[in-house]
Amino acid sequence: MNLVNVILTGLREVWAHKFRSLLTMLGIILGVSSLVAMSALVKGMEVGMKSALAEMGGLEKIRVESQLELPLHQRHLQDRVRGVTMKDVTALRAGAPLVHTVTPSVDVGGWGSRTVVEYRGKRARPYLFSGTWPEALEINEHEIAHGRMFNHYDDELARNVCVIGTGIRDELFGEPDTPEDGVVPIGESITINGQPFVVIGMFRHYESEEYRKRRQARLAAIARGEQPPSMGRDHFVYRLKNRTIYIPLSAMLLNFRTGSGVNAAADAQLSTLYMKIPDIALLEPALQQVRNVLMVNHAGLEDFSFRTDEDWANEISTTIRNYRMSGSIIAAICLIVGGIGIANIMLASISERVREIGIRKSVGATTLDVFVQILVESVVLTMLGGLAGLAVSFGLVVIVGNFSPEESVPMVTMGALLIAFGASALVGLIAGIVPAIKASKLHPIQALKYD
Amino acid sequence: MPLVELRDIHKVYHLGGEEIRALDGVSLDINEGDFCSIIGPSGSGKSTLMHILGCLDSPTSGTLKLDGMEIQNATPRQLATIRNQKIGFVFQFFNLLPKLNVLQNVELPMVYSGLGGRERRERAMEALRHVELENRSKHRPSQLSGGQQQRVAIARALVNNPRIIFADEPTGNLDSHTGELILDMFRGFHREGRTIILVTHDPEIAALTSHKIEIRDGKIAANLDRTLAGLDRPIPAAV
Ligand SMILES: Nc1ncnc2c1ncn2[C@@H]1O[C@H](COP(=O)(O)OP(=O)(O)O)[C@@H](O)[C@H]1O
Ligand SMILES: [Mg+2]
Repeated sequence: MNLVNVILTGLREVWAHKFRSLLTMLGIILGVSSLVAMSALVKGMEVGMKSALAEMGGLEKIRVESQLELPLHQRHLQDRVRGVTMKDVTALRAGAPLVHTVTPSVDVGGWGSRTVVEYRGKRARPYLFSGTWPEALEINEHEIAHGRMFNHYDDELARNVCVIGTGIRDELFGEPDTPEDGVVPIGESITINGQPFVVIGMFRHYESEEYRKRRQARLAAIARGEQPPSMGRDHFVYRLKNRTIYIPLSAMLLNFRTGSGVNAAADAQLSTLYMKIPDIALLEPALQQVRNVLMVNHAGLEDFSFRTDEDWANEISTTIRNYRMSGSIIAAICLIVGGIGIANIMLASISERVREIGIRKSVGATTLDVFVQILVESVVLTMLGGLAGLAVSFGLVVIVGNFSPEESVPMVTMGALLIAFGASALVGLIAGIVPAIKASKLHPIQALKYD
Repeated sequence: MPLVELRDIHKVYHLGGEEIRALDGVSLDINEGDFCSIIGPSGSGKSTLMHILGCLDSPTSGTLKLDGMEIQNATPRQLATIRNQKIGFVFQFFNLLPKLNVLQNVELPMVYSGLGGRERRERAMEALRHVELENRSKHRPSQLSGGQQQRVAIARALVNNPRIIFADEPTGNLDSHTGELILDMFRGFHREGRTIILVTHDPEIAALTSHKIEIRDGKIAANLDRTLAGLDRPIPAAV
């Protein structure tokens, strides 16, 4: 008996019991669609998280931060703490060839900062307000869309100029329909914590690929006169970058640090030193090198700490692995339950079909023929379930997408589809074995006498 | 050499501690071209004998030689091939597959002998023409009368061109007129030179066959082979 015939027989059998087959397949449909949906969800998260990581400068970026609390074994030296200073910048530029673009930064901001930006009575709060060097542009993956970045002259002259993100622009000058068409406030004068600054540049608008699509869909819906879908918020990283203000480092020190240092001189303590390594592979030696230089410079005092995004990246991997694991377990349970259902129904149908099997054997079907027929029937059943599951999964992905975190829109991958479909076939194969053995062992005459 | 050689066949069933000797030392020969009838009261072991002859069942003891082959030594796979190639079986209860149409039912033996779709269809239609049912090929068995269903079963038994056709009370479930038509068909096959073994409980039918075996309580009570007895004569046509 050739395979085409066997498959046709299997399909006919499934079709003969449409409703029962459908019920039987439900477990498989559920398993396959949840497998696809889960993997799409996790894939979306992974892509979202990774692009956010890249948006922040990626793994090549090292940050050294002032650590004002000394480790326990140095607590008695607490009064000597200075944190990171401009001296470290000079020392690193001279003594740490494994890193480049060492950039100092004094940051005011983060959550709970009281920095207020004003323009004609309108107020905005930046997420990040930094005094830094022009290199910050490169190191933090910023791009200027309008105007210019301040340069070293601006810094040397401590000019009150600033570069802002589109988020700040939206709040001070009004939010346009599309971020690209908004007001370009170059030359406008704003105040930052009461000090006047001239806007000389604006970053491009940052958003994730997914958010951009969502925004376009919304615009299209508005153009069609439909109820526009809710937008949600983009990943934090993009919002952070859009609500950033950069001013020259010296302007920061002069305007906002004077008076806090000894003798009214600018307190030269920096918040962060940014630097880059040319290659991820050099991360360990580069960190060691930076550490050595700083240790010498700080006379052994550990009043600084390292931050790399390696932890972040590891966290992403762990999170993704965990999600993938739990998703797979859920889908596997569905498939196993589905498989048990199939095995159960197949066993029951064998008892119903003793006579059919007897007739087939009496006209020359071998044990193997019957075995293959039942096995194929089971596989046909689960593969149909698998196909239905794939179809259902697309709907499920849309539904799940509405509940998933904003920055991660589910992505269905070919690999996931193939694996899910393969799993359905495998379940059919395994579930069909016992019924197929039972059927093939039937003795023709016992089968024929069966009433 | 006879086509079928049965030697000292026993078939014992155990039913709740009780021993039922369905066949109790049956030996017989059937020659090629025989039209052989097996007659006997109900429960005498006719079906059991047929099933053993047709390689559907195996005896408790004894030997069966079919077309030169020792059946008791055959593997299950060889038995399947013999059932498929050398034997055509017609049952009292038709035993058609209800989910297949007439054509597909007739094709079934050829499906298991691995014939291609086109050849299967051609030969199945040919067999259906033989039983005058070619215009019912797309019908389901349930849409046919009993006589028609039995003719489909006969077409199925014939389609692989077997050496022997076994028929276990093929008319038992039919009215006498339809039964007569079916019997006529078997007579026709016999004239074509086929070997036919027919179980019946009708002595009139048995009387018309060239070789008549009577069986009682699992034993052969009479075995009358007209060809051996020199009583061979043409079998009269339908009454
Ligand atoms: N599977 C079985 N188990 C027990 N007894 C059986 C079985 N099959 C047949 N028999 C018994 O064997 C005897 C012969 O049966 P059978 O060959 O069907 O008779 P017939 O066809 O001549 O009416 C009967 O007594 C019957 O009850
Ligand atoms: Mg009987």
